[in-house]
Amino acid sequence: MTESLIRFTDVNFIYAKTHGGEGLAALKDVNLEIFQGEFVAVLGHNGSGKSTLAKHVNALLTPTSGQVIVAGLNTADQEKVWEIRQKVGMVFQNPDNQLVATTVEEDVAFGPENLGVPSPEIQSRVTASLETVGMLSYRLHSPHQLSGGQKQRVAIAGVISMLPKCIVLDEPTAMLDPDGRGEVMSTIHSLNKEKGITVLHITHHMDEVIGADRVMVMDEGRIVLQGTPREVFSQVELLRSLHLDVPQVTDLAERLRHRGHEIPLGTLTVNEMVMHLCQSD
Amino acid sequence: MSQAALRNVSVEIGDGEFVGLIGPTGSGKSTLIQHFNGLLMPDSGKVYVDGVDLTRKGTQLRLIRQKVGMVFQYPEHQLFGETVLEDVGFGPRNGGLSDEAVIQRVEEALAYVGLDYEAIKNQSPFELSGGQKRRVAIAGVLAMRPAALILDEPTAGLDPEGREEILAQIKQLHAEGGMTVVLVTHSMEDVARFVDRLIVIEQGAIALDGTPVEVFRQAARLKEMGLGVPEITDLMHELKAHGLDVNTDILTVAEAEKEIIRVMGWQT
Repeated sequence: MTESLIRFTDVNFIYAKTHGGEGLAALKDVNLEIFQGEFVAVLGHNGSGKSTLAKHVNALLTPTSGQVIVAGLNTADQEKVWEIRQKVGMVFQNPDNQLVATTVEEDVAFGPENLGVPSPEIQSRVTASLETVGMLSYRLHSPHQLSGGQKQRVAIAGVISMLPKCIVLDEPTAMLDPDGRGEVMSTIHSLNKEKGITVLHITHHMDEVIGADRVMVMDEGRIVLQGTPREVFSQVELLRSLHLDVPQVTDLAERLRHRGHEIPLGTLTVNEMVMHLCQSD
Repeated sequence: MSQAALRNVSVEIGDGEFVGLIGPTGSGKSTLIQHFNGLLMPDSGKVYVDGVDLTRKGTQLRLIRQKVGMVFQYPEHQLFGETVLEDVGFGPRNGGLSDEAVIQRVEEALAYVGLDYEAIKNQSPFELSGGQKRRVAIAGVLAMRPAALILDEPTAGLDPEGREEILAQIKQLHAEGGMTVVLVTHSMEDVARFVDRLIVIEQGAIALDGTPVEVFRQAARLKEMGLGVPEITDLMHELKAHGLDVNTDILTVAEAEKEIIRVMGWQT
């Protein structure tokens, strides 16, 4: 049985007001459940609430009302905060803001050291984590010598050295070039498939959600659409109205369907489109 | 250890062109554009801007940099003013313009990037959204009234809406303002839709130079370099490879739609 790892119940979050203005409601009546081992992608334009949602998963923010339960722990319980953060690691957008140490291995060791893990075990965790992200041969490098994609992989290694159940990535590829994006995406997928780590991947790159088990689309603090990538991408017009892109192939499929031709809803890839068109010959 | 970042580059960019510059990471794109306004000087060879040789002693690079505006990656990281007016007006004020003239420049520059001067002039740039910060930073360059605008990944890190807005504004600057634009980008979809000419740089040398249609015909070559073609162009190449006799010179979804309907013999 897959068990529920993260559960949001009627979560609302209002940012404190600034300069005497109205408080900003960033999450509105959010209910969701994420299961152990799932790969969930969250889509939404800037300001849709997706980062606020992410920060609730590891208690960086706690709900104004409602509750968030992570691995059986309530994020509002101050005493459980560190336990929660060990279970849910976060990776952020900017590769230059997350690495603190002078060498890659020290950086990855930082988390387990803070947890009071004994030295020999720290060493083995660092080695295993760097190996997982394909950065072992860089262990003695200085982080600033690395490319953006490499830095993000080291940041991911730093998170997995804490042996988390879940990793939350808040637009980890937004500042990377296509090579770096590819490296990071394949690292995340292998973590999920091979280590069974639950992934919550926040992005506005549509092509990065195609491999997810489930996609949630956010707008104005609410989850407005969720389903498999195919189900979500079938809603071309809704996605557009939410200021999101759809892959060019999906866009084309939708246009051809509109003209009455039999292209399956939610055609996602070049290969699928080639199959449909060349079969009907 | 030194490394040749540019090798035997000869290239000419005409007044009023809209050029896309693409290349794999480390290919020399950023190095090349920094030669366009004298931030970097060639070890050998010459660079001319509007007829002036930048490598000649005595060339006033300050004037060149006013002519060739440069928008670096994440330009909002360089915002510093307490207000938008102060930040965008910094260049013109430094150039000795009167308060009145500075304000006029700032108004004009903000309008180019779709921001309302009155609404935003007294705000702190740091309180704006990511997309707005980016546009304020670009306005700071436009306030110098450059003849050419060089942009290094101006849409990196923005959401699709922010990306579209910035690209549309750049397009408009070019179409209506006659601005010469060089756009460095990783997005093949963006260059396909916007530029007239595409230059591909690889290992410090110019590998391909032509219209987007011409360049994207070299799909195999581009893939070798670790680049690609727009997804829709890739689809047309694949259809052709699978025996469908389509025209592969396709850059947009609308063109692909027409072409597929034609080849499939579907009624429209």
